Amino acid sequence: MALFYQDPFDALSQFQRTLDQLRSSSWLADSPSGGGTYPPLNVFRKGDDIIIVAEVPGVAKADLRIEVKGSTLRIAGARSVGPAGPASSHRRERRGGRFDRTIELPIAIDSEKVKAECRDGILALHLPRAEHDKPRSIPIA
Amino acid sequence: MADSQTLEVQEKKEAAPRGGEQTKPARYFVPVTDIYETDQALVVVMEMPGVDRKDIDIRIEEDVLRVEGRIDHAKYDGMEPLYTEYSVGPFARSFALSHMIDQQRIDAAFTDGVLTLNLHKVQKAAPRRIEIG
Repeated sequence: MALFYQDPFDALSQFQRTLDQLRSSSWLADSPSGGGTYPPLNVFRKGDDIIIVAEVPGVAKADLRIEVKGSTLRIAGARSVGPAGPASSHRRERRGGRFDRTIELPIAIDSEKVKAECRDGILALHLPRAEHDKPRSIPIA
Repeated sequence: MADSQTLEVQEKKEAAPRGGEQTKPARYFVPVTDIYETDQALVVVMEMPGVDRKDIDIRIEEDVLRVEGRIDHAKYDGMEPLYTEYSVGPFARSFALSHMIDQQRIDAAFTDGVLTLNLHKVQKAAPRRIEIG
């Protein structure tokens, strides 16, 4: 279901509700190769293709590593937090560290055509569905 | 060393509506924040992934610093969610400012979804001679 609404705030709250409903749906099963749970991912379908969006605030493009093999996707990287020089800490909520997450997609993707984009702390991966995996309509003879 | 740790997911915290202030139906989130102090300034670092630089609103009113970051969810138009692990929404958080802060001297930078505010401290008043008029 594509989301189109008139009022921007209605649209946003509808969108939030839809996202909540699909919280950890069974679409994406845990990969046996596992790894971490960071970064959190949202998976969308756009036409035939899959789009994976992850929140990675504070992670520089250069510190991200994306690998695709078959229908396995790996997202790894690191980020550091905290002051550059001497400083006293008043509040510390942000966490730094390394991450390495592997997921197994339930569909075949064309790994040659995967595109990644990272902007404003959001990583977006465009995963085109493999041609051979696309549904084929069968004409009735 | 922070860098040798494995990062874990921090569940996004929803902003609690205060005094019926939020009349909009959508949910707001509290940006994860670090605050530290150097000799010259108080530095506030807030994570607001997915917010565009132009959609950040920083204002000071009655000694309260309020930061709001809107998200453009129109980017998700035509996309059907299949599996989700986090929600998406605007960010908002307020901080009371002490008199140590010079409210005229606040700079902001935004990189990779992280907003850094430098709140400069008031310059210590220089000794001043009072003339008898």
